[in-house]
Amino acid sequence: MSILKRYFPEADVLIPYIGTIVLILISSVIYPQILSLDYLSQQLQIAAFLGVLALGATLVILLGHIDLSIPWVLGGGAIISTALVGSDNSDLSMLAIPIALIFGAGVGAINGFGVAVLRIPSMVWTLSVNSMLLGISVLITGGFNPKGEANEVMGSLATGKIAGIPIAFCIWMLIAFLINALLKRSNFGRYLSAVGYNEKATYLSGVSTTFVIIFAFIIAGICSAFGGVLLAGYANQAYQSMGEPFLLPTIAAVVIGGTSILGGRGSLIGTIGGVLFITLLNSILSIIQISEAWRNINFGAIIILMLLFQSLRQKGA
Amino acid sequence: MRDLFSANKREAIALIVLIVLVTIYFSTHPRGPTTYVMTIWANQCLVLGLAAIAQFFAVIVRGIDLSVGAVMALTNCVASYLIIGTGLEMASGVFFVLAVGLACGLLNGILVVYGRIQPIVVTLGTASLFVGIALLLRSTPGGVIDYDLADAITLDVLGIPTALILTFIIISAFWIPLCRTGLGMGLYAVGSSESAAYQSGMPIKSIRIASFVLGGFFAALAGLFFSFITTTGDAGIGPNFTLNSIAAVVIGGVLLRGGVGTLTGALAGAFILKTIASLMFFSGLPPLAQPLIEGLILAGAIAIGGADVLRVKNRLEVFGK
Repeated sequence: MSILKRYFPEADVLIPYIGTIVLILISSVIYPQILSLDYLSQQLQIAAFLGVLALGATLVILLGHIDLSIPWVLGGGAIISTALVGSDNSDLSMLAIPIALIFGAGVGAINGFGVAVLRIPSMVWTLSVNSMLLGISVLITGGFNPKGEANEVMGSLATGKIAGIPIAFCIWMLIAFLINALLKRSNFGRYLSAVGYNEKATYLSGVSTTFVIIFAFIIAGICSAFGGVLLAGYANQAYQSMGEPFLLPTIAAVVIGGTSILGGRGSLIGTIGGVLFITLLNSILSIIQISEAWRNINFGAIIILMLLFQSLRQKGA
Repeated sequence: MRDLFSANKREAIALIVLIVLVTIYFSTHPRGPTTYVMTIWANQCLVLGLAAIAQFFAVIVRGIDLSVGAVMALTNCVASYLIIGTGLEMASGVFFVLAVGLACGLLNGILVVYGRIQPIVVTLGTASLFVGIALLLRSTPGGVIDYDLADAITLDVLGIPTALILTFIIISAFWIPLCRTGLGMGLYAVGSSESAAYQSGMPIKSIRIASFVLGGFFAALAGLFFSFITTTGDAGIGPNFTLNSIAAVVIGGVLLRGGVGTLTGALAGAFILKTIASLMFFSGLPPLAQPLIEGLILAGAIAIGGADVLRVKNRLEVFGK
């Protein structure tokens, strides 16, 4: 029980996991094949793409900020990596992933600079960074799908399996483990939540809040770019606006995982549960072959119900 | 005069920028400031202007509404069924479309106030819900709006674009009187400091719900006006309007932390954004570079708004309250 308490300090984190299990059980009554290992492992693989993005987004939301530049950092990461591989230069192909991640870190630094130094609300600043990235991409690619392809490393990262477990899932867990260690074991992690609770007090305690904010945005940028690399590996190409369908599910996953959108309170374990829940919800809604309209309605309604359940439970507690 | 300027510095700057942009636009436009050119320009501006007003009501009470575009899409689709036929049918159609907007706003407000969920997350969920219903109504763009009514609303009266007249009516007959009511003051009070407003005995909950209902109403007006321009229903119009409405209120000098800004400012911000886009269209810039330049201008405008930080004497001031 003490282990449970240590890793699940608040029962909130359990809600998305319970939701996921309920979702699987209910739908397996109608579609028993949902319980097959193939289907579930495929879901873990698909969840990893959203999962990597959500890990970065959790850090930013813990700060009390938000990163709306996810779509085009993801798109940029995918375009850069596939273009480098497609350049037929083996050295550049080797460097495809690192360069894409450096790109993500760079955009993250710009995001963090605007938020921490210029004090522009993150919602508008990251939004305008996103539209600039869109503009650059349109300028360079001419609005067409960029040429290029994924190399073997990217392909196997996204679609390969080790002992039946998708590599993408393992990497997602590895990144989660690393970021979790950063949050739990370093000063940075404590400062991050502290800034989310009260930035002024944190600053007065002698913490360089500017550094904390910029660093968190850099990690988020790297996560988004890496999500782009994985997706490019999965699709073996980059395409325009490939990141757009990911922005709102990412935020929804973080929030369903019990992280407060106001910052300060939340956990990566909750986010992982939120990602699993949303991925499965999306997948099951498409399996039952309802129209896009009903998918949207169910998606919205279930997210609102989950949040209502969370907030009313807290009110009662 | 100087007091008036410094009290409304943000709106004043936005208005000056707007006047400069509009002057450049009409003087460089190949056909000059004819009624036709002005009407098209004003129509484009007013659609985003109404969306920005919807966003303004959420932002002023320290919220945010990510469902503005979705409510527009939904009301646009509803309008594409109802605004046709006899005068009475069309009148009740318009009435129903606006009622849909009010209901959407009311749902947002109730979830925020009684569900105790942050506005940004609530409207994220309801946006998906509203777009879903819009898709149920129109899975592909279609339907038709009465052309005579659409012309009456989107053309001109005695050479003045109807859209500009509507803008004037909204400011003079709605916004200025609203500022003098308890609700108008309450919006600013709740946005500036909720606890202070609560301790002064203000009905926080009703004010919050009212702000979302007003937001839904203006989003419906935006959807309705959009219907008159396109005379068809399309469930996919939402996302652009949501994001641009946020950008518009910020450019118009409304602070996202609530309590600061005016409806006129939000309108000016929307007009600025649309005028820049129209300018770009005739500027002779390479079309592929236009999205980038639009992004740069947006970022530049926002960063200048943030330049106040550089003048702060005490570092603690930057953290707000």
